[in-house]
Amino acid sequence: MSLAYTEKISFQVAPNQIHQVLSPAGEIVGAIPPLSPEAMVGLYRWMVLGRTYSNRMVTLQRQGRMGTFAPINGQEAAMVGMAAPLKPDDWFIASYREAIGYMIKGVPILAQFKQWGGYLADDYPRESNCLPFQVVLGTQMLHAVGIAQAIQYHHKPDVVLAACGDGATSEGDFNEALNLAGVYQAPVVFVVQNNGWAISTPRERQTAAETIAQRGPGFGLPGVVVDGNDVLAVYQVVAEAIAQARAGGGPTLIEAITYRMGAHTTADDPTKYRSEASLERWRQRDPISRFRTFLLEQAWLSEADDQQLGSEVEAEIQATVAAYEALPPLDPQRLFEVVYATAPPQLRRQEAALLRDLDMEVA
Amino acid sequence: MPMMTMVQALNDALALELAQDPEVVVFGQDVGQNGGVFRVTDQLQARFGPERVYDTPLAESGLVGTALGMAVYGMRPVVEIQFAGFSFIAFNQMASQVTRVRYRSGGVFSAPLVIRAPFGGGVRTPELHADNVEAFYLHMQGMKVVIPSNPYDAKGLLHAAIADPDPVLYLEHMKLYRSFRQEVPAERYTVPIGQAAVLQAGSDLTLITYGAMVQVAVKAAAEATRQTGASLEIIDLRTIAPLDEASIAASVSKTGRAVVVHEAARSGGVGAEIIAVINEHCLYSLLKPVERVTCPDMPFPVPKLEDMFIPTPERVTKAILRTLAP
Repeated sequence: MSLAYTEKISFQVAPNQIHQVLSPAGEIVGAIPPLSPEAMVGLYRWMVLGRTYSNRMVTLQRQGRMGTFAPINGQEAAMVGMAAPLKPDDWFIASYREAIGYMIKGVPILAQFKQWGGYLADDYPRESNCLPFQVVLGTQMLHAVGIAQAIQYHHKPDVVLAACGDGATSEGDFNEALNLAGVYQAPVVFVVQNNGWAISTPRERQTAAETIAQRGPGFGLPGVVVDGNDVLAVYQVVAEAIAQARAGGGPTLIEAITYRMGAHTTADDPTKYRSEASLERWRQRDPISRFRTFLLEQAWLSEADDQQLGSEVEAEIQATVAAYEALPPLDPQRLFEVVYATAPPQLRRQEAALLRDLDMEVA
Repeated sequence: MPMMTMVQALNDALALELAQDPEVVVFGQDVGQNGGVFRVTDQLQARFGPERVYDTPLAESGLVGTALGMAVYGMRPVVEIQFAGFSFIAFNQMASQVTRVRYRSGGVFSAPLVIRAPFGGGVRTPELHADNVEAFYLHMQGMKVVIPSNPYDAKGLLHAAIADPDPVLYLEHMKLYRSFRQEVPAERYTVPIGQAAVLQAGSDLTLITYGAMVQVAVKAAAEATRQTGASLEIIDLRTIAPLDEASIAASVSKTGRAVVVHEAARSGGVGAEIIAVINEHCLYSLLKPVERVTCPDMPFPVPKLEDMFIPTPERVTKAILRTLAP
C-alpha cells in the first residue's frame, strides 16, 4: 500500500472511456484485432445464429410450443465477443442472456431449448465447461470464482469467463465475487452486459455510479468499458483480459454497453415502461448490421455469402426445433434419480407413492 | 485408543482428509494461522500449507458460492461458517445453488462439498451465535444435515461427509466441543450419514433427540427409570436430513410411546417431522400422544434466560413421566 498523508481532501471518481473498433455505421475507428477473414465471418455467423435462435424461440413460445423465453436481440455482439476468445478448456459461466456463449463453447442449442422448455438441463456436456444457464442472477459470479480458484490450485493455464447483466451487479454475490477474485487473484474475467434494463428497472436505478466498470478499481481490479454492440471491440478487450488472467495477472471487470431490444422475457411487455424513441435510437446501433457493413466493405463477405449463411443458420435452428419436438416424454422417475447420487429411502418411498397415485408402473 | 474432545476429533478428521486427498481444501474466516475461533483447524495450515487451509474475507455467500465452483471442478472443499447463525447470509447459495447442481444439470454436474458451522446454546454467546438452524436445512431438498453428539461420531461423520457425493451441512454444537473426551480411533473411519444410533435399548418409551440434547435425554431417562422402573429407549438421530425413518418407526412400533427433545424452537421443527414419520409408520402403535420438549417459538433465548428455556433433564423427565402415565 503506497498511500501518503496530505492536508488536502480529495474526492475522486474514476473517469472512463468506451472502447470502440467499429462505429455504429461500420466504419473503422480503432485497431482491428488480428483475426483471419474466416474467423471474422465466423463471429458474424454466431451473431446471426443467435438472433435467428432468439426470434424462433419467441415465435415458438407465442405458438405454445415453448416455455417462457428471454430474447437476446440486440446483444449478440457482446455475447459473441466475450465467448469467442475462450479456448476449449476455459470455462463459461453465465446467465440466460448469454445464450450464444454456450453455443460457442460447444453446448448444443438443444440444451437451451430443453432448459426453457421445462426439461432437465442435462445437455450441457461436462467437457464444454459450462454450467446450465443461471436464473438466480449474480450467484453464478461466485461459482466462476470458485472454478477459477480450482484452476489456480491445479496450476492449469485455463481461465473462467463470468457474465451477468447490469441488474445482477446490485446483488451481493456480484460484489463478493469481485472482491474474492481480487483477493485470490483468480484467473477470471467478469463481463457485465449492461443492456440498460433489469425487466422494467433502468440502469440508473441500479447504481449511482457513472459506470459499472468503475466498481473494478474499488475491488483492486481493472475496470474497462467497451461498446457492447461492437463485436470486435468486445472481442479485443475480452481477449486481452483473458491473456492477462491466463498469465497470472488476475481478474478484470469489463462493462459492455448494449441494449435489450426485446422484452425481458416472453412474459414481459416493455411498452409499459419504455419509449419507442429509445428503441429507435438503439436500432441505429444494431450490432449485426454494423458488423455486416464492415465485412461487406472489406469484401470478406458477399451478399450471396450472407444469404447462404442465413439459410444455413435457419436450417440449423429448424433442425433443433425438430429434435426438440421429437424428444420423448420426460420420465417422472428421472427426477428422483438426480436429487442425490443415491436417493434416500424416504425419497424412494415417495417415488413409489407418486407412481402408484399416477397409476404408473415402477420401473 | 486416544482420548479426544470433539474439537480434537474434528481436527483429526480434517488432518487425515487433507493428508489422503489433495482435492480437499479447508477455508473460512480465521481458520488459517488462528486455527479457527474454536481451534477446530488448529495447526492445519502449518501442516498442509496456505494453499490447502486458508483464511477468507468475511463473505458467507461468497464462501459457499466459490466452494460450489471448486466442487463442480472436482475438488472437495470444506467450508467453515464461523457460526451457524451467519449461515443465513449463504442461504441462497445453499437453497438455490449448491443443492441443485445435480438436479438442474440432470446429473451431469454435482457439488460434493461440506459446510461446517458451530451452533448451540448454553454457552452465553452474543446474539445469533447460538441459534439452532437445522430445521431450515431439513426442508432444503438436496442438503444432508449432520449433527454429532459425541467425539467418536463427530470424526466418523465428518469423514463420511467429506466422502459424500452430495453437499453436507455439518453442524457442531459448541457446548459439546470440549465438554467430554471419548476414545476415538486414530485412523480414518466413517459413521454412515442417514443412520441413527440406538444409545439405549428399552421397551416402554422412545426418547428421540440429537446433538447436545442427547446428554440431557440420557440424564432424564435415568431419572425417569429410577422413579418408575420403566425401560426407555434412546435414539440419537445423528443425521437430521435425511431422517432415519426406519429406526424411528421400529422403535416407536415397539414402545408405543415417544418423547422428542430438541433445543431448536418447536413449530415446523425437526420434532414435527419426527411426529409425522411416527404418524405415517406407526400411528396405531401409539398409546399416548407424542410430546415435544423444545425451546418456545421465538428467537433463540437471550443468554440471561437460556438455561431456563433450553430443555433441561428435569423438564424432559416430566415429559417422560406424563407420557408413561396410563
